[in-house]
Amino acid sequence: MIERTLSGFRVSRAGPLALLQDSGRFGVRHLGVTQGGPADLHAWAWANSLTGNAWGTGVLEITFGGLELVAEGDLTIALTGADLGIKHNRQPAPRWRTLAVAAGDTLTFGTPANGLRAYLAVSGGFRGDTVLGSSACVVREQLGGFDGQGNSLREGDTLTVNRAGTPPAQRAAPESERHDYRQMAILDLLPGAQIAAFTGRSLFDAFNAEWRVDQRADRMGVRLTGPALQCSIGSLISEGISLGAVQVPPDGQPIALLNDRQTIGGYPRLGNLTPMAASRLAQCMPGQAVRFRAAGIDSTLRQHRRFLQEHAAASAC
Amino acid sequence: MNSPRLPCLERAGLDGWMVRLFNTIEENNLLWLTALGEDCEAAFGDALVDLVPSYTTLLVVFDPLRMTPCEARQQLVDILACLKPAEAGADGRLHELPTRYDQQTGPDLQRVAELSGLSVESVIEAHSSREYRVFALGFAPGFAFMGLLDQALICPRLDTPRQKVPAGSVAIAGQQTAAYPMATPGGWNLIGHTPVRLFDRNRDGFSLLRVGDRVSFVPMERACD
Repeated sequence: MIERTLSGFRVSRAGPLALLQDSGRFGVRHLGVTQGGPADLHAWAWANSLTGNAWGTGVLEITFGGLELVAEGDLTIALTGADLGIKHNRQPAPRWRTLAVAAGDTLTFGTPANGLRAYLAVSGGFRGDTVLGSSACVVREQLGGFDGQGNSLREGDTLTVNRAGTPPAQRAAPESERHDYRQMAILDLLPGAQIAAFTGRSLFDAFNAEWRVDQRADRMGVRLTGPALQCSIGSLISEGISLGAVQVPPDGQPIALLNDRQTIGGYPRLGNLTPMAASRLAQCMPGQAVRFRAAGIDSTLRQHRRFLQEHAAASAC
Repeated sequence: MNSPRLPCLERAGLDGWMVRLFNTIEENNLLWLTALGEDCEAAFGDALVDLVPSYTTLLVVFDPLRMTPCEARQQLVDILACLKPAEAGADGRLHELPTRYDQQTGPDLQRVAELSGLSVESVIEAHSSREYRVFALGFAPGFAFMGLLDQALICPRLDTPRQKVPAGSVAIAGQQTAAYPMATPGGWNLIGHTPVRLFDRNRDGFSLLRVGDRVSFVPMERACD
């Protein structure tokens, strides 16, 4: 019998947060189960494309750094997203391209130098426990991940990978896709139904002020601080919340809701970040400044379809 | 802001529409929301990603590769044009949740009694003598927001939420009641405990309770009293 899985990495040192993420958990949100999946869809998709993996394959999302992995086999990997001072056998590891690692090699994640979340894909894909149709790891819900229980990686964990069909060709992402997350993020926002309930002054502020990423930022949502936005609606009867919704509680400070958000909520919303804007925000460090820019639905749809199609095609060749 | 004319469709990002059917919480809303969800499943087919019903609305999430927002909107307009409510009584399963009401499992039972001016026994009687409807699921997997509570039992959330509410805790806040499927932080008033497993990843359907279901809490006899 052909062995389909092999051991990929052993965790020799755990960091604050390293989670397995496939594309997310869908079809169960009516049960109160959140979406999960990669906070930065853009970098996650590139990690899979570079390693020849199909869309949706499990990738490791490493937040802040601190993690150290030891390879237990010869593997082809790709590192995308944040520069967390990653070292391959004590040498700086190249990002946004395929990289061969041999059994015994170490991958060490330091501290954030540019961006917040790095993505590590391995050719063949990490193998997680599928729970409610997905291996997306959601700590709060105790679902998904390598053990199915929603745990972040711990020292001593062994990460199994699926054996790759054929070794992928050397690949690299074009320069234009390698984002510099230190630049001020311009976040495209699709206006929502309650936007007219904000005062004129607040709408001006929303799209012209610089917003600062607060310390209170995680995979559920990112708080932004700046001028207090005033809305004639204080709260709504709770309703479903979609990815990237920018809600404004009575203190006037917006919260952009990301992958692990609660499924329903009752604050008025300016609208929704586009999927790429939500990805970009997920790479911002507390203290960084961001701006909102109103986006149109047609151009956003065109861009997003192109992104999805390119990455579906990349894995097929 | 003036209330929008209902029903209305509101953009919810690149791949979503919010269908707003009502602006007040009524049990009969559920008949319409149930029917709307079923019609969406039939009409959208594989292009449907998620449906999130809640009190007065249904969030419809579709696959942006299979449908444009414009096509999805037209589909919803067509569904709304001939929407009929589900048949009353046929729209939700009935669940009886055996519940132990006591100070140990319900540390806020006394507080609720004081706020409502009722005895602890009357609080238990008021909570357990009513059939509730599930208006929404959220907060945590399988956490069902149920109502409506007896007016006498309406009391605010705790000023400081508890760091950890044990799984199975039966709680009330505002006009609503709920049972915690898993241990989470929580600010509701705890009045009892049910041993029923509300969320189980190995069970078909995962969550015991669904939007539209009917629930009653049945007091368990205390063996040692």
